[in-house]
Parts: sequence; structure tokens; C-alpha cells
Amino acid sequence: MTEFVLQVNGASMRVEAPAEESLLSVLRYRLNLTGTKYGCGEGECGACTVLLNGKAYRSCRVSVAAAANAGITTIEGLERHGVLTPVQQAFVDEGAMQCGYCTSGMIVEATALLEENPQPTEEQIVARMNGNVCRCGTYPRIVAAVRRAAEGGRA
Amino acid sequence: MSAVTEWMDRREFLKGLGAGLLVCLTHGGVMAQESGRTFGGHALPKEVSAWIHIGADGKVTVYTGKVEVGQNIRTSLAQQVAEELRVPFGRIAMVMGDTDLVPWDMGTFGSRTTPTMGPELRMMAAAAREELLRKAAAQWKVSVTALKVEDGRIVDAKSSHSASYGELTRGEKLVSVVEGQEALTPATEWKVAGTPVPKTEIRAFVTGEHKFPSDVVRPGMLFGAVVRPEGFNAKLISVDTSAAEKMPGVQIVREGDFIGVVAPAMYTARQAVEAIHAKWDVPAQPSNDGLFDYLKSHPDGESQPEHQAGSVEQAMAAADVKVEDKYTVQYIAHAPLEPRAAVAEWNAGKVTVWTGTQRPFGVRDQLMEAFSLPVEKVRVVQPDMGSGYGGKHTGEAALEAARLSKAAGKPVKVVWTREEEFTWAYLRPAGLMELRAAARRDGTLVAWEHHNYNSGPAAISMPYVVANQLIQYHPAQSPLRQGSYRSLAATANNFARESHMDAVAHAVGMDPVAFRLKNLADLRLIAVVKAATERFGWEKARSTATRGYGFACGNDKGGYVAACAEVEIDGDKRVRIRRIVQAWESGAIINPDGLRNQVGGAIVQGIGGAMFEAILFGNGRILNPHFADYRLPRFRDVPEVDVVLVDRKDLPSAGAGESGLICVAPAVGNALFAATGQRLRNMPMTPDRTVPGVAVSGLTS
Repeated sequence: MTEFVLQVNGASMRVEAPAEESLLSVLRYRLNLTGTKYGCGEGECGACTVLLNGKAYRSCRVSVAAAANAGITTIEGLERHGVLTPVQQAFVDEGAMQCGYCTSGMIVEATALLEENPQPTEEQIVARMNGNVCRCGTYPRIVAAVRRAAEGGRA
Repeated sequence: MSAVTEWMDRREFLKGLGAGLLVCLTHGGVMAQESGRTFGGHALPKEVSAWIHIGADGKVTVYTGKVEVGQNIRTSLAQQVAEELRVPFGRIAMVMGDTDLVPWDMGTFGSRTTPTMGPELRMMAAAAREELLRKAAAQWKVSVTALKVEDGRIVDAKSSHSASYGELTRGEKLVSVVEGQEALTPATEWKVAGTPVPKTEIRAFVTGEHKFPSDVVRPGMLFGAVVRPEGFNAKLISVDTSAAEKMPGVQIVREGDFIGVVAPAMYTARQAVEAIHAKWDVPAQPSNDGLFDYLKSHPDGESQPEHQAGSVEQAMAAADVKVEDKYTVQYIAHAPLEPRAAVAEWNAGKVTVWTGTQRPFGVRDQLMEAFSLPVEKVRVVQPDMGSGYGGKHTGEAALEAARLSKAAGKPVKVVWTREEEFTWAYLRPAGLMELRAAARRDGTLVAWEHHNYNSGPAAISMPYVVANQLIQYHPAQSPLRQGSYRSLAATANNFARESHMDAVAHAVGMDPVAFRLKNLADLRLIAVVKAATERFGWEKARSTATRGYGFACGNDKGGYVAACAEVEIDGDKRVRIRRIVQAWESGAIINPDGLRNQVGGAIVQGIGGAMFEAILFGNGRILNPHFADYRLPRFRDVPEVDVVLVDRKDLPSAGAGESGLICVAPAVGNALFAATGQRLRNMPMTPDRTVPGVAVSGLTS
């Protein structure tokens, strides 16, 4: 067991964990930050996506030791002072979910996408989001939500 | 820690609501039978059960055993209560799937929520409204007919008396008994029901606040994991737990062949399971190769025809055109993105389990049986979960968590891995369908024979008019654990039937849609056939070698559906589904936005089973229990999807969560035939990996 100080959503969080434990496991089971979801543990579904220094990573494939020096943003850290981000608001406006279990990962992935490419084409959205699974099949609405967020909510 | 989940028992809960009106149903209610509350030998609860509570502050709390799994009934049921009570939608709070708080319910499956729970709650709400009217009339000494209800207020225009529901119920606890004769508001007059109210509590899903079953945290909670056998039907030979026992804080729990661990961290629990060395005796078992012969030669008891009319033999012998073929579907996995999960906690001999299940009361029964507990000593709570699609009827994780928690004397959380979910849950049945059909040269169907081995009888009946029929489901001994799956065998039966209909249409030289219309009499089905083909532009669709157009229709569980598909085939024989237009009718629409989402999602999920999903197995093992080896529909697989909703306000609302799947595979298969001349009779039609025992189509996707 090693002690780590993680920078999560702007706060310093002290946690003891084996260095090789996944960031996902630490977030969910040691820090009770359960907004980040477990879907497969193999980087195949995107439910566990978080931002490390603004870039999207599968937190099930990142060790806590590797994340210790990065600024970590989870789904819980996007909203500021009770105001949803444009991506979060767009998912609400489009009703872009059914069960909502994939939603955290979808929103975090889309946030990183729009940070890198503020005006993606539909093809670019599909290519980038393809690693995230929505088993309920809400994909067309999710694409619409990302477009809406890119267009500043005017879609 | 603030993330710890807080829960109240019923007494505290009711106290928190304050005094108010409880609307109850006596157990002779007319809806009882139909709502399934007497199903499977379950007697109705002897005590009077509460459905609706109106607080002194005017807040309305509704109790139902149905659960929210993404199908949006938390919203659509609340809309219906708001409608009958004449209160704004926002005033309704739904308490769902908590066995200590809600009336007994069979479970959330079979598209039963909308046709049964909807009317039941509407009836309760209408009764509450009538009771409040009578109360106001008595207070003001006026006739009930003089009063108006609006926005949760009762008003007497003449005397200018006015009171909110809360004011009327304050300080009193009234109990109203419902006879089941209350008049319901017709759909043509709906103001809240029938409108696209957004998903309730949607904000919590975009902020990560919503607590799914796997997110539940309890004070002092430990983590559990289970040692899985090497294969199905395995017997434990020996086990060495010595290494795991030395890990800090790890407790081993052994009961017969069950070997579990409890640890202070999830990571440690998993490490401990890895460190346990067990030897298993796994018997030889069937595989994909030879599966359909196996199913046909291993009947599970005697079977009778579902439907029989005239003589198929005689009609076949005399017919102009005959078509005979076999169709198959593989085992597929529900693969809900949230795997099975549970947190169990024992207090004074009572166990409370938070878990993801479509049958909270079924899981309660499993826990009662496993631990020999009376009903009042088991509580199952079902937070809105990461879906199920028919795959979470059982309480495996709940039982494991309860067992480990009992041994540890602390709350224990169990979350299945993806591999466990693929391997130790249950699957959509595989099936073999053998069909024979005959028609006259003019396109009149004269004979139809349809045998289904193992997959099930759902939607096996002919929607077409045929004089001579033999329709039979043959239960078989499945080599793999199988169970419910969204739309059940309707997908398999409709795939076989609608592919075969297409083959007969081509054999008689008729347009596939015209051929169906010639043999249909069901006006609701005809209406969706027309709605889909008109929107799609079927009349002008001409298939080429690289672009195919196909059609399929069907009905099940009160839903009527027709789909047109457009596919593209490139030079590498790679298939892309380009467009699906699907028309849907299930009576009066309660929430058009939610309905569109369900039907659209069903189409996407249907693409998985149609094109690439297949469980590969052999000798008691699942060979592809990972998303890397089991292809799910992804963003790239989704065509342009156009859902045409037909609103029949004159008809009762039916469930819409399932049957939207049943036309996807045959419509796509028929489109592929139109382009290539190749009839694909096995689902999945374009698997990434060859399924042993199934002929290779040469097409990929």
C-alpha cells in the first residue's frame, strides 16, 4: 500500500492503495466517487472515462500511481456552481439517454472531444465516440447532443 | 461520508410525509388478476396496500413495484397519475421497487407496465380525486357536481370556496377504498399524459449524482467476490485458500462448493480470489457446433401445437408454389452496461439488499428461501439501474452479497465483472425454426408450418390469413442457462417468418409488401405497413447489386411494427445498414418522446443480434466473455433511424419496450437478399468470427 495525494475535481484527496490498482477502482471504491462507472474493466466500453489534464482516459486502464501527478476530472467535477456544462445541458435537452449508465463516460468523452475539436463533423463525432458503448442504443441522440453542445446549444 | 446512502423504513418514511390521504386497494380489486399480482401462486398481500399518498403540502407520492431500467416508466407512470389527479407533473414522486414500501409486484417484464400498472395507478388517482371532491363538497355543503378540480385545487365557482389537496388532507389521515369502477380520463382529453414530458430526475444522470445499484455505499461496508467454477456443472475437487487467508483483512467464506471472500477493499477481494487455487471436475458438454441437432434431439417434455387448422399436408401437395427452409438464432447476451451488483446489510436478523433486478419481489423470495427468513426479515431495494433487457430477473449478486455479509457481520458489496456477467448470468435462448409454406400463383397463402425448437413461443402465431396451419413450439434441454430477453422469441420467430414470407413473395413473383398486404386482414398491422412504406418511399425503391431494400412486419404484446431497411454492400462484401424506417403503433401514446427513444433503441439493439452478436461456447465455458470478443452495436453501426409513431387515442396503451426489435433482422436480411440473391437464414447474419456449425455467408459488417 502506498499513500497518494490525488488532485480530483480541484481538491486534494489522500488515499492509500496499491500502486497498480486502477484509478477507476480507487475513485469508486476508496473515494466513493461513484459517478464514474465500471462497464468492462478492459477499456472496451468507455463507461469509466475521466479527464487527466483535460484528455480523456479509460480510468480502468490507468493505475492510481500513473494518475497521481495529473489533474483528474470526473463527471462530478464538470458542473460549476450549480451550472451544467454545455455538454451536460445538451444531453438533458436532447434526452440523450435511456438507463443513463453510459452517460458519465459519454459526457466526459464528448467534453474532451470538443476541447480538442470545437466544431467536429458528424463523422468525427462518430469516430471519436465509437469506443463508448450505449447498450440501450441511444446513439443518434448522443450524436445530436454533441452537435448541439458544439453549436452552443442552438441545435 | 456524505456519499453513504440513506434509507428509511416504511414507518419513518410515512412519518416524513406527514399526515395525508392514503388511497388503498382491497384485495378483491378488478385489476388484481390482470396486473399479475396473483401470478405464479402468489396470493395478494392480506394487508391493504397503499399506492398513493397525498401529503399536507400537496406532494403526491406513488408506490409501485415496477422498476425503472431505462424504459422511462418513472416518468410515464407519473404522467398518468398527474393526469387523473389533475395535479402538475412536478408534484408527483415515484417510489419504485422497494419491497418494504410498495405493493407486491410480479416484476418488470413482458411489456406489462403500461397496459396494467398504468390503468391501476390511474384508477387509484381517479379515486383519490373523487374522495377529495366528496370531502370538499361535504365541508362546503355543496354538490360534488358543482365543483371543479384544477392544478391540485378544488374550486366552487358559486360560493368562491377554494382549497388545495394539501389543505383538504391536512391533519387527517383518510383511507379510501377503491371498488375498481372509477371512470378514467379518455386519451383524447389528456393534458399531461400524451405529452413529451422529459425524463424525470434527468439532471442527476448528467452530473453523476444518481446512485445506481453498484454505486450504493453503506457505513462500514466491505467488499466481496466469489471464486467461479472452471465451467458449468462443475464439481469442486479441492481448494487451497492458504495464500488468500494471509492477505490483510481477508475472510474466506466456504459453504459446500461456494467459495467467497470478504475484504476491506474491492481490489483486495479480487486479489484474494485470484490467490485461491481450486480444482474442478468439468464434464464434457455441447458447443456451438452441432447445437441445433442437439436442441432438436433433446426435447424437454412433450409439446402440443400452438395452433392447428386445416391440413398443411394436403394443401402443400396441391399447391402451385412451395418453400421450405430452416432458420437459426444463436445464444446472445443481454450485456447490460451495469453488471449484476448488490450491497447487503444485516440488522437484528433482517437483511436489506440493494440490487439491480427486474423482480425485486422475486429476489426477496430467493433471499427468504436461501436464508429461511420470514417475509418481514427481507427487504430488497432497487435503485434505478443500468438496465437489464430481460437479463436481470434473478438475484445472484444479491444472494452472494447477503451470504458474505452474514458471514462478515458487516455490509458487503458485490459487483460482478464483465466476464462474470457474460458467463454466470443467463442468455437469450438459441433456436432452430423449420418452416414450410405454400401459395397460389396469385399470391394467396394456403399453407404455413412453423416449428420452433428451444427459442420460445412468443409471436409464433401467424399474423397472416392462412387456411391450413401447423404452428408448434418444441421446448428443448438447453446446454446453456437461458432465460428472458427483450422481446423473447418474437425476434427469432419473426426473423424466420418474415424471411420466409419474403422468399415466398419472390417465388410467386410478387412485390414483398404487396404480397403481405394481400394476405393480411389485421387493420392495425396494415396501418403500420402503410405508414412505414410510405415514409420510406418503398414504391420507388429498386434494389441493385450494391444497394438492397427489404421489408418486414409483425406484432406482439400489443405492439404493431413494420420496418423498411436499406443496405449497402461494397466490393469486399462488407455490409452497411444505411437506413431503417420503422412504424410503430401501441395504442394511445403516453409519452411520445420516451416512446421514440424506446423504439429507436430497440432498433439499435436489434442490429446487434441481427448482424454480429453470438455467444461462442464449448465444454461448459463461454469462449468470448469480453466486449473485445463479443461485438456490440456501436456508434459506427447505427444507420439513419426514422421512427414513425402512429397514435391511436381510441385504443388502450400497450407496452413499447420490446417489440421494436422484431423486424430489424428480417428487414435487413430481406434487403441483403434483394441485393445479392443470397438468403441469410442464420442470426447473426454477418458475424466477425465464424460461428462453428453455421455456414459462412461471405458477408461481413
